[in-house]
Amino acid sequence: MRDSVIYLLFFALGVVLAAVGLIPDTLLSGEISKWILYLLLFFVGIQIGTSKNIFRVVRSFGFKIVLIPLATTLGTFLAVALVSFALPNRSVIDCLTVGSGFAYYSLSSILISEYKGAELGTVALLANIVREFLVLIFAPWMVKYFGRLAPINAGGATTMDTTLPIITKFSGADYVVIALFHGMIIDFSVPLWVSFFLSIQ
Amino acid sequence: MINIFLIIFSGIIVGRLFRNSRFTKYVGKIISAIIVLLLFFLGMEVGNNEQVMQNFRLIGLDAFVIALAATLGSVLCAWWVYRKFFRRKKEKNA
Repeated sequence: MRDSVIYLLFFALGVVLAAVGLIPDTLLSGEISKWILYLLLFFVGIQIGTSKNIFRVVRSFGFKIVLIPLATTLGTFLAVALVSFALPNRSVIDCLTVGSGFAYYSLSSILISEYKGAELGTVALLANIVREFLVLIFAPWMVKYFGRLAPINAGGATTMDTTLPIITKFSGADYVVIALFHGMIIDFSVPLWVSFFLSIQ
Repeated sequence: MINIFLIIFSGIIVGRLFRNSRFTKYVGKIISAIIVLLLFFLGMEVGNNEQVMQNFRLIGLDAFVIALAATLGSVLCAWWVYRKFFRRKKEKNA
């Protein structure tokens, strides 16, 4: 939660400084941020490579645990593709690109604005922040009507960090490992899905 | 776009090679720091883009609708998986 606030503060600071005109044009060229983005992706790769526990968790829970991130991915893509027809300004692929952020708003919005422009990047930032907040606010309600997995699937990539405490509280402690596993898989899939959808438009 | 995949996969290989190194403890912190920097850049880009600034409410509405759909779709799929594979017999009567 503290990280999210810091991220948002820096984003807002950038908006204000640029809107007031305090930023020199050389910083806005986009060349610098592209190289920093590559650095970020390299470290995201390192993070995937160094995590050891994924396969152990799968073995202890059995194969059905794999169904959970699968359900998140499928449910998100289906619903987002459907709703794109109600949004005249966004294509199906645009909506899928934003949806494949899975609440990992920082990475998805950065990637999308680099390759698709600041507008869709901002949609991704806001949409994926809202997704995280929906879980933080409605987790007890989701568990009550849709079962203990509901806040985990809704939480997307955040179920290994920001939404984990609330999931523990309402789904129960025996779902913590599931939430961690799910968050890890979705987290790692975000840059892959986002760049996949960016590449097919 | 192939760049992205190549960079991530070279990262994965480096991570695999150095997975027992002490340096891996700092990877999460480094990622957070780079994200702060890049979100600052994204903010500057947004603040400098008049089209985005003027349409901010419309963009916000689109974002909200997409978020709602994504959450609902996931929750419904979660419900199905839960009932089919995870709910214990005892809970069914509750």
